Amino acid sequence: MLKLGDVDEPELPTREWVRVMPTLSGICGSDLAAIGGHASLYLDPLTSYPFVPGHEVVGTLEDGSRVVIEPALGCKVRGIEPPCPRCAEGRPGLCYNVTEGPIEVGLQTGYCADTGGGWGEVLVAHPSQLHQVPDALSDEAAVLIEPFACCVHAALRGGASKEDIVVVSGAGTIGLLTIAAVKLFTPPRRLIAIAKHPTQRDLAKKLGADQVISPSEVFQRIRFATGAKRLDGMNRSLLLGGADVTFECVGRADALNDAVRFTREGGTVVAVGMPGEEKVDWAPIWQRELTVMGAYAYGAEPKKKGKRTFQLALEAAPELHLETLTGPTFGLGEYRDAIAYAMSAGKLGAVKVAFDLRGLKI
Amino acid sequence: MPRPGAVIEVDRNTPPVLFHFGEGVRLERLPLGSRIVYPPDPLEPIAHPERAIKRALGKPLEDDPLKSLLRRGMKLTIAFDDLSLPLPPMAAPDVRQLVMEEVIDMAAEVGIEDIHLIAALGLHRRMTEDEIRHIVGERIFSTFWPDRLYQHDGEDPELNVYIGKTAQGEEVTLHKRAAESDLVVYVNLTLVPMDGGHKSMSTGLASYRGIRAHHNAKTLLGSRSYMNPPDSALHHSCIRQGQLIEDTVRVFHIETTVNNHAFPAIANFMQKRETDWTAQDQAMFLGMKQLTDLAPTAFKRNIFHAMRAPYGLTGVHAGQVDAVHDKTLEAVRNQLSVRVEGQTDIVTMGVPYLGPYNVNSPMNPILVACMGVGYLFNFYRNKPVLRKGGVLILTHPCRYEFDAVQHPSYIDYYDEVLADTRDPFEIEQKYEQRFAEDPWFRQLYRKSHAYHGVHPHYAWIWAAHGIDHAGDIIIVGGEREVVHRLGFKAATTLEDAFEMAEQTVGRHPSVTHMRMPPIMLADVE
Repeated sequence: MLKLGDVDEPELPTREWVRVMPTLSGICGSDLAAIGGHASLYLDPLTSYPFVPGHEVVGTLEDGSRVVIEPALGCKVRGIEPPCPRCAEGRPGLCYNVTEGPIEVGLQTGYCADTGGGWGEVLVAHPSQLHQVPDALSDEAAVLIEPFACCVHAALRGGASKEDIVVVSGAGTIGLLTIAAVKLFTPPRRLIAIAKHPTQRDLAKKLGADQVISPSEVFQRIRFATGAKRLDGMNRSLLLGGADVTFECVGRADALNDAVRFTREGGTVVAVGMPGEEKVDWAPIWQRELTVMGAYAYGAEPKKKGKRTFQLALEAAPELHLETLTGPTFGLGEYRDAIAYAMSAGKLGAVKVAFDLRGLKI
Repeated sequence: MPRPGAVIEVDRNTPPVLFHFGEGVRLERLPLGSRIVYPPDPLEPIAHPERAIKRALGKPLEDDPLKSLLRRGMKLTIAFDDLSLPLPPMAAPDVRQLVMEEVIDMAAEVGIEDIHLIAALGLHRRMTEDEIRHIVGERIFSTFWPDRLYQHDGEDPELNVYIGKTAQGEEVTLHKRAAESDLVVYVNLTLVPMDGGHKSMSTGLASYRGIRAHHNAKTLLGSRSYMNPPDSALHHSCIRQGQLIEDTVRVFHIETTVNNHAFPAIANFMQKRETDWTAQDQAMFLGMKQLTDLAPTAFKRNIFHAMRAPYGLTGVHAGQVDAVHDKTLEAVRNQLSVRVEGQTDIVTMGVPYLGPYNVNSPMNPILVACMGVGYLFNFYRNKPVLRKGGVLILTHPCRYEFDAVQHPSYIDYYDEVLADTRDPFEIEQKYEQRFAEDPWFRQLYRKSHAYHGVHPHYAWIWAAHGIDHAGDIIIVGGEREVVHRLGFKAATTLEDAFEMAEQTVGRHPSVTHMRMPPIMLADVE
């Protein structure tokens, strides 16, 4: 249940932690899934309640400097030494110790009872979670750094080569930012975006898609682009051949089932959009020997000499003009309208709906 | 004595005129002073087709009688035109069946055993067994299918042989069986002047390698029009290729012509001028209009595609290809020609449900362009009825609708190529090879019933001359987005279209309505 009310400000778990006053905080698909009851119950034990949502955050510190929050609550944030093997690899999103340390269980800021979240006036963060925002980057652009970092991580995980044909399925925030990330970090021979709504189609082109197609024509168009063969089965089509790497940014059964049928045999499907409990036919995954991989969060990127994903995202962001993707914004008091708007964002021509907390006084 | 074609000037007493509208019909009033061009009435058919066929084979033009060319032990191949003509398909028996039965009987009399029949479909789709049976008749089908009656495959690497280059550098290929035969008998049905002659062999039994020599934008834009072979670069190229073929293999041509009795009794009103409509014709029109306005598309499509035309044979000529084809063209012109004085600012035409490439399937948007701006526009001699820079107005629902079995490459051509460019030369540079060599399109052409991958490009460039000539092209009743994808303008009503046209050709334009089909050939003076 989601409600607006006054709660105590989160306490600083240790002296290292700092207060962050959010200025803009995005509404993510995972937030909407949690609110709408569509989120996988898998995540339930990894969450502590009650919590203040909001993990796409740009805010200010008490000295007035602007920061974005890297929300993963791994070993370093929790002050655990030595770190778990995954955190040691620079993958705090996969931390084994999310139940340990001075804060409650939680994968991220915004899903933890002790940290607060971006949809509140104050949250607390460990210094390792903070990234300074350059002056050139507006709040509206900076609020997209967190999802963009997810997409940069996904692009690097997918590892498309310049000979590959890549499909990005979905053109919401994650889909669009994945298009940008793939084009910047692993530019393929051709990038095909699947977009449903007119604004999404335009933005997909602007962010670098070579071709934008609609969900109803995926098999026709991907077949032609890849020179594959198409067979029409009783329930849906499949390609013999197909895309080399697919980034699945929708997270729903239809899109997932399509993706495993139009990705070539031996190809890779990267799950970027947060899926719920979806009914997916595993036969194509089995028969096509697909590599299906998740791409969750961020950390340090081995393919970029261990550089933090957030840093990569911050450096790449200015040329993308991400601010054009943000809006409309709402006050916290308008949260019902904001969430309703965000749930229909694609249809309404919006990408990132956010809460604007800049007028709030502590 | 059938009436010749006529040009009628619209006055206050002129009834509304029929416009074809895909799988539907409309009556429209034209501005006073407009001209309506009507096709000639159907010529009287030959009373005894079998006798005429025997006579033609026994006394051929500039060649020996067929019987004298046949000898025991020879390798004989009979090639015949596919279902792209006539349109609508001919009521049984198809005249090609009558001719082939006669040829086979003659061959049997001298004891020839090695007879093969090949459907010369070029890069068209493979026909279904029923469609082939309809053309050749049950007797031939049950005797020869499938081992000795089969369809040309322009992509079979084993069965297409390269036979050389013309002096102009045009490559020529031929079906291997035909190339190795002692005699090829080509059985043709010529409905329009574009068909027949050397074009039959040089496209029908060729591969992409040979066909691309003349199926290209430069050649098509140099054909004014391709319905008049003397002025057609397309035909000049086919003639050069055909001469090389005739140097390679002995060919005996048999060409047939039919009258323009294109519609069965149920649609007789389409055949007549509106002033001649009886009460029954009016009732039939109203009935069909109601049906086509209300019925689901698939239902009315089935009705239309089930129509068989009661064509009558008007000529059969056999012998040497040029001599035969001269006679054929004369017979076709006798049936189709209408004298039209001068050009006009606006030409209107109704695009029917059927063109050469959508037998038993919907007419997709590219085929609408091919039919309206290609074939219908090009039915002229000397000069187009439409003046240069004038406005061509077509009526057709022009939906985003494709047959995935017959036209798979059309979908990609429409979605991808036409979204990028409509320029035929640019398309040739950027896209043609990809479509022509796509392995899946190749497989569907060879094993399913799909047009060759490159075929949508040919359909598109078939309209290149019309697009180049017209100042504007307006489609009345078409889906706006689809019409715009083709580069045309969309109008809701004919009146709107006339208003829009005035922006291009000025006020009080001259208007000519070409009341087709039945088809006609405008001799423009």
